[in-house]
Amino acid sequence: MKELWQLFITFLKIGSLTFGGGYAMIPAIRRETVTKRGWTDEEGITDCIAVSQSLPGAFAVNVAIFIGKQVKGIPGAAVACFSLVFPAYLTILIILMFLGTIEDNVYITGAFEGIKAASVALILVTSVQLGRGILKSKTAWAIAVLSFIAIVLLSANAIYAIVLGGLIGYIQYRYGKRREVENR
Amino acid sequence: MMITQLFLLFFRIGLFSFGGGYAMLPLIYQGANELTGMTAEEFSRLVALSQVTPGPVAINAATYVGYQSAGIPGATVATLGVVLPSVLLVFIVSLFLVKFKESEAMKAVLSGIRPATVGLLLSAVIFLAQGSILTGMQLNLLPVVFFVVVLFISGKFHADPILVTVVAGVAGALVIR
Repeated sequence: MKELWQLFITFLKIGSLTFGGGYAMIPAIRRETVTKRGWTDEEGITDCIAVSQSLPGAFAVNVAIFIGKQVKGIPGAAVACFSLVFPAYLTILIILMFLGTIEDNVYITGAFEGIKAASVALILVTSVQLGRGILKSKTAWAIAVLSFIAIVLLSANAIYAIVLGGLIGYIQYRYGKRREVENR
Repeated sequence: MMITQLFLLFFRIGLFSFGGGYAMLPLIYQGANELTGMTAEEFSRLVALSQVTPGPVAINAATYVGYQSAGIPGATVATLGVVLPSVLLVFIVSLFLVKFKESEAMKAVLSGIRPATVGLLLSAVIFLAQGSILTGMQLNLLPVVFFVVVLFISGKFHADPILVTVVAGVAGALVIR
């Protein structure tokens, strides 16, 4: 019960206080689930990002379900998913029913500009911190650089970068194993 | 009838849109245009609104289209519809991951996927910088100041991202408007 309550509070907070969805939610999700709650580690959250990005649907929703399930099975997934989605749903309903046009309000656009600029920095810090733990070999660096180039310069879909990374990992494993056998 | 159609439309969107968020928008526009006759103008309002409201863009969009065509029941089924495929697919994949977690081949694949994910996150920085701290090749002064300050307090002092977001929002409302 305690874990379900923690999942509820954590994802409700993430769902209500992060804007723009997707990657903008990653720094908060990492902070809350890895640093604060210890539900997973840096590798675990990276795997979770990769899987969520490779599946269809809203990225942050996939992440919430993935972590919720890991912490407390089906009830955990249901609670995490609900509490992430509910603030988004409720805000839109309130705006449509009671508030009308808010997106032209100068204070709101200003707030959003501030938040956008902050998220760019937050995601940069998150990727550098995750990178420190993960980029420990030349192959790992090469894969990261290739994936960055493919997505930014060649406009490749992120899924291809992830599949390519997995493929290189697998090939290295097969090749590495054969070499080990030959050395015996 | 509209309720069922809304559910099916958003279930389909949830199932077939890879890349999440903004990648889902064209599909949502086509679907909403066919089903409810949503105009491009109304759609651009929806996009603007989903950016300034919390939560995933796809959820904001589903709730919006659902409410405009069938009130609260419409908003609810559209939101459920877009979420449901995620629930099913994440479950299937995580069962698979748990089953093969100890296999050497799976570990090797994951050890290749992790660095690719780091590259992916870094590429998100470039895309998000465009239109925020950068317009084309030109730096936008105030957003750059926000960026540098957050980079410093977050990189150096490990500030809480949610707290940083809230403070940046308040400061933006006061300064950037």
